[in-house]
Amino acid sequence: MRALVAMSGGVDSSVAAALMLDQGYDVIGVTLKQWEGPDGSMPTAGCCTLSDAEDARRVAAQLDIPYYVLDYVDEFTKAVVEPFAAGYLNGLTPNPCIECNRRVRFSALLERTEALGCDVLVTGHHARIEEHDGTHRLRRAVDGAKDQSYVLHMLNQAALAKIRLPIGEMTKTAVRAYASDMGLRTAEKPDSQDICFVASGDYRDFLAERLPEVAAPGAVLDMDGAVVGEHPGTAGFTIGQRKGLGVAIGSPRFVVDIEPAARTITIGTYEDLLVDGCAVTEMSFTDQPPSMGESVGVKVRYRSEPFDAIVTAVGDRWEFSFDEPQIRPAPGQSLVMYDGEYVLGGGVIVGDRRSVPMVL
Amino acid sequence: MTMYLDHAATTTMRPEAWEAFEAAAHSLDRNASGQHAEARKAKNALEEARERAATLLGMERPHDIVFTGSGTEADNLAIIGASLASGRRSVAVSAIEHDAVLNAARSLERFDFSVDLVPALRSGVVDLDAIGAAAASKPAVLSVMTGNNEVGVIQPIARIVEIVRRVDREILVHTDAIQAFNSEDVSLEETGADLVSLSSHKFGGPKGVGLLAVRKGVRLEPIIHGGGQEAGRRAGTYNVAGIVAMVAAMETAAADRASFKNRTGAERDVFESAVLAGHPGAKVTARTTERLPHISHIRFPGILAETFLIRLDQAGIAAAAGSACQSGAVEPSHVLTAMGFSDIAAGECVRFSFGWDTPQGAGWRAARSVLDVLGAL
Repeated sequence: MRALVAMSGGVDSSVAAALMLDQGYDVIGVTLKQWEGPDGSMPTAGCCTLSDAEDARRVAAQLDIPYYVLDYVDEFTKAVVEPFAAGYLNGLTPNPCIECNRRVRFSALLERTEALGCDVLVTGHHARIEEHDGTHRLRRAVDGAKDQSYVLHMLNQAALAKIRLPIGEMTKTAVRAYASDMGLRTAEKPDSQDICFVASGDYRDFLAERLPEVAAPGAVLDMDGAVVGEHPGTAGFTIGQRKGLGVAIGSPRFVVDIEPAARTITIGTYEDLLVDGCAVTEMSFTDQPPSMGESVGVKVRYRSEPFDAIVTAVGDRWEFSFDEPQIRPAPGQSLVMYDGEYVLGGGVIVGDRRSVPMVL
Repeated sequence: MTMYLDHAATTTMRPEAWEAFEAAAHSLDRNASGQHAEARKAKNALEEARERAATLLGMERPHDIVFTGSGTEADNLAIIGASLASGRRSVAVSAIEHDAVLNAARSLERFDFSVDLVPALRSGVVDLDAIGAAAASKPAVLSVMTGNNEVGVIQPIARIVEIVRRVDREILVHTDAIQAFNSEDVSLEETGADLVSLSSHKFGGPKGVGLLAVRKGVRLEPIIHGGGQEAGRRAGTYNVAGIVAMVAAMETAAADRASFKNRTGAERDVFESAVLAGHPGAKVTARTTERLPHISHIRFPGILAETFLIRLDQAGIAAAAGSACQSGAVEPSHVLTAMGFSDIAAGECVRFSFGWDTPQGAGWRAARSVLDVLGAL
């Protein structure tokens, strides 16, 4: 059996490669070149940089496995970077890591796995795939604090059957200890938090560079649409943000809405920020869709705990009624459904439950 | 079994070069510029090597050979050094040059030079009409390679020199003969060029050595400044062992030329015929154009070269596609783009290259292995 391991140059994927060797697989390591500097070279800042590829290459050499860099710059630019900028301008906050998983890593690279004669694709994600009677289920990682099942929700049965996530069975501490015992150079490497193609580490700079509109000053509106102040550019704000609004009103105010094309942000009270549901499109399911009226756990941000909601669907549009009012999820972000520890699927948030759906 | 078909990237060091290298690394290990007996011994060996290289290249004056640290450096010295020393403000280079020439030319844009890119035809040969037009704009240097490193197409250098001279006798013609030395006579006399670059490891010498042959009277502004070695044209402590080993390889390669051409040409032809017979969709690039005998460049429609190369590597076959960038990812080739290939077509091409030590029958065996891998795709 042969495994293709996507190696980012971090500790998780380094250990994933080593674990597949332990399991008796023939292992091939690859790094995806997803974006590049203006001269076509590997980037030197951000994540997935030249030095990360070098770390991956050195680990592969230590493990004595073949290693290649695959060029996915065109696919990545078209499927992730351009939609990220375009989506933002439409008032969406897309999650580029999810789009990359959906459109590059677990589509293009999964196809490539077969073309390269490999049986399975392996990544260093913290999540588990379990098989019961021929059905594959995606489960939260053993290390709850590091769980990445949210960004893997688009995997379907066919994909889950081909993917191995050995790191999901281990705590981060155990991963580092394993790397350290093996003497892997990435054992102590800090986790990457950046959006990989944002060299400065701040996506707001990236947006401002690509979209002059979002770096231009505009009006701050109240809930009635009256101008109550000015802001330096919509790129600097996120929904729910409280600080830096530059508006002095008696009680605390929060960003409730952002319209980059109109250059406005709307602020309101905490109560204005709360919604009792949201609408989702582009749904996909790890196996069967939930039944109408079923209660599921939903997660609307990468770093937040699931809460309960009742699911209904009309055609492609899925609605979720929250058991308790929640801070308004940002349109463009992903909603992921859980049954306890297991991922049921997810989609892209397009608006509040009863509001007019935004055009994607 | 592994099969090395990437000799155009670098070839096996010749035994004569090994021997010369080892002997020099042992006994000529002092700084050749010193004022003592051991230094003189090293300097003497170095100058003797220079004389032998000059003889091989048909040059009267050994000091018209400048030893460099690589073929890339020789190209840079030719393009940048000769341009800066001239009073002119433009250079012309063919669109199918190696990056060493292309990027050296582009670097001159920072010194307010304009860069004229001379197009190539679909055959892979530089457009001779465009050469005349480029010469008319009076560039300091006009550079066209002797034989292309990716597709192997041989350029009509003597003819190009003739066209250029007819337009303007002051233009310096440079030819990067790095890929051609094994099979072609690339002396200044034969090519007619003013500047010829060579790289040691492409003809069986060690890496980290090259040379630039300079026509008498051509002025060069140094691009590496320091202690005044190489008559002030290239500073840096002499790599004596590397240089004597390079010259040993040069002599062997030059003596082996006719045979090299026959041997690699025969293996290459068998290889191509067998691959085409077994995989009729394959297309040999520039098959009807005059090519270097050791390079076979083939397009496999519908098969991504990046994937194919990995499958070949897994099967023990070393081949190449495009040019490898620093990260190792395969980049689309500017040479193929210049020849009119679409990005998709360019991404389906693989280069197989043979060398002085390619054994008899290797072409056929290589074709069998390549067809096996194709069958598994």
